Amino acid sequence: MAGILVYALHDDEGNFNKNSLGAISEAAKLAGEVGGDAAALVVGDIADDACASLGNYGAAKVYRAKSVPEGLAQPIVDAMAKVIQDNGLSYALFGGGLLGFEIGAGLTARLNAGVTMEVTAVKVQDGKLVAERPILQDSQIADVGYVGEPGIIISRLNAFDAKESGGSAEVIDIEVELSAWSTKATMVQRGEQRGADVNIEDADILVGGGRGLGAAEGFKMCEELADSMGGAVAATRAVVDAGWYPYAAQIGQTGKTVAPKLYLAAGVSGAIQHKVGMQNSENILAINKDPNAPIFEFSDLGVVGDLHKIVPKLTEAIKAKKGG
Amino acid sequence: MKICVLVKEVPDAAVQKRIDPGTMRLDRGGEKNLNPFDTHALEAAMQIREGGVIPVEEIVAVTMGPESAYRALTKAVSLGADRSVHLSDGALAGSDVCATGYSLAKVLESESPDLVLLGQQSDDGECYTIGAVVADHLQMPSLTQVIKIDVSEGKLRCERQAEYGYDTVEVELPAVISVGDAINEPRYPSLKAIMGAKKKPKDEKSIGDVGIDAGMVGADGSKTTVIALNPPPPKEAGEIIEDEDTNETVEKIVAWLDERKLI
Ligand SMILES: Cc1cc2nc3c(=O)[nH]c(=O)nc-3n(C[C@H](O)[C@H](O)[C@H](O)COP(=O)(O)OP(=O)(O)OC[C@H]3O[C@@H](n4cnc5c(N)ncnc54)[C@H](O)[C@@H]3O)c2cc1C
Ligand SMILES: Cc1cc2nc3c(=O)[nH]c(=O)nc-3n(C[C@H](O)[C@H](O)[C@H](O)COP(=O)(O)OP(=O)(O)OC[C@H]3O[C@@H](n4cnc5c(N)ncnc54)[C@H](O)[C@@H]3O)c2cc1C
Repeated sequence: MAGILVYALHDDEGNFNKNSLGAISEAAKLAGEVGGDAAALVVGDIADDACASLGNYGAAKVYRAKSVPEGLAQPIVDAMAKVIQDNGLSYALFGGGLLGFEIGAGLTARLNAGVTMEVTAVKVQDGKLVAERPILQDSQIADVGYVGEPGIIISRLNAFDAKESGGSAEVIDIEVELSAWSTKATMVQRGEQRGADVNIEDADILVGGGRGLGAAEGFKMCEELADSMGGAVAATRAVVDAGWYPYAAQIGQTGKTVAPKLYLAAGVSGAIQHKVGMQNSENILAINKDPNAPIFEFSDLGVVGDLHKIVPKLTEAIKAKKGG
Repeated sequence: MKICVLVKEVPDAAVQKRIDPGTMRLDRGGEKNLNPFDTHALEAAMQIREGGVIPVEEIVAVTMGPESAYRALTKAVSLGADRSVHLSDGALAGSDVCATGYSLAKVLESESPDLVLLGQQSDDGECYTIGAVVADHLQMPSLTQVIKIDVSEGKLRCERQAEYGYDTVEVELPAVISVGDAINEPRYPSLKAIMGAKKKPKDEKSIGDVGIDAGMVGADGSKTTVIALNPPPPKEAGEIIEDEDTNETVEKIVAWLDERKLI
């Protein structure tokens, strides 16, 4: 039976990740086409009804490994490898993020299985799954098929929408024996929120700052520009990792997903992991000194120039226009 | 301790990368360079050595790739590695992640490192997965995208950003760690180091030397196949303004914003 197993990531409160729910819905659709079921794997002590609720997104079965901790990849590789092998499943599907990359890669080694990543769509050809994998800065899309089973599919953030279909999943508890090396990493602290708790998700206008700002102080310029338009300020991972701006303001694969009326990027290169969190903005305006910056490939207005010259003058001009 | 750093040769950033429609593989013609993300892994190794908490006997740069890839190793050595290992064999051509991870694990096995460091991603394949594949084969704990490493006897304390914020994780050695580019600012090689790099020991290995099963590598041993290449869906090209006179540029931006009722 061509079953598909999805890893259902959750936070410390037990809330399932939106991208995992999207992956379950996609798996249910695909399983229907190849003649099988979608199943989900949940680790940790998550309540029966919470697990069963994954049926609402299309999971027929939920395998729960209560004793396996959430948050680190290798114990989850042990659990997923067991479920795939015991039940002869054909594919594993991950929603975008970070852990899915690590677990999917671990399964590749463990099960000697093919893997694709950054997948934006999956289709069925001759009864098998084929992954659409954008490559080389999204300049081409490779259709990738699998040799043998299982096949591992790691999708791009927000590739699949969660669809509520009604229904409840059968919850099956499993015992997993952890590999020796899976117990050698321990979580000391999970999900630390660095910096102030800012809200970027409700803003109609966002000014996104990147490494091109040159220093933490550069964000003042962004804040003044955002203020002039009644907007908020967002950031890339590069500057959040550098401690220039709060994590709560980060857009992208391991940050927030936004879709404001205007996203104005200053000194942001437009890496895929950033793009996936803001590409649905209604209008994208980018200021970057490098004419070859990837962000210009998906901007509505691209300004090639030095942000230090342009941003302050732009702020003044907008203020003047609003005042006049 | 002994640190192995995985390094890869990739097309230079200035080269327009393309897939050869005949082989469905990356066209590796043109200028090549050491994968920029791997310089952070080398720098991390150097900082662990210079930090002095745990004595580092040796830093070894390891690559798998065609003959030309020795240049990535030479560069790695000029950045601080003591010697290098080059796994090169015609049978490896066309390996996917599954096959590449297995092969690299085999070379690493023959080196018995206490720590394997690698980059967050390669600049060409961008698969982000090699670290975790290698780790499972080596039966070592692993973590990717690490931006801070504190070393102590027998273990590392690592920080990295995941889906819900920053995680702090303790990892026992031996371990496989991929580092994010925020972990450090890689140094430039000194002229002396560049001159000396060619003289540092370099091992050439074929698949037989490290016990790689030929059936599990190369295009034939790979578990994925590229069936087709398609262009992305067409998208309307955006407008571009070159900033020559900033007052004029700003006027154009304001007009653009105004037209869309954004201000
Ligand atoms: C697993 C994983 C997850 C990730 N998650 C995220 C995520 O959630 N969010 C995210 O943003 N990234 C994420 N990244 C990182 C991502 O790949 C990029 O490294 C990051 O987005 C780059 O940030 P940046 O654009 O600020 O910096 P850079 O890529 O360094 O770009 C800086 C840009 O500024 C321009 N510039 C420099 N000076 C000036 C100037 N004076 N005027 C105008 N322009 C200037 C440069 O031309 C350049 O294009 C992730 C990466 C991985 C591997
Ligand atoms: C455009 C493109 C798309 C591809 N897509 C897929 C795919 O979907 N699935 C698949 O299975 N394969 C794919 N491949 C093949 C894959 O890139 C190669 O197998 C590659 O050797 C490993 O992936 P990576 O370099 O992208 O690894 P990443 O995981 O991005 O690399 C991380 C780090 O691993 C180390 N590393 C990687 N390769 C080597 C090496 N040869 N020697 C030493 N260290 C190394 C480096 O330190 C690097 O920083 C693709 C290749 C290309 C060019």
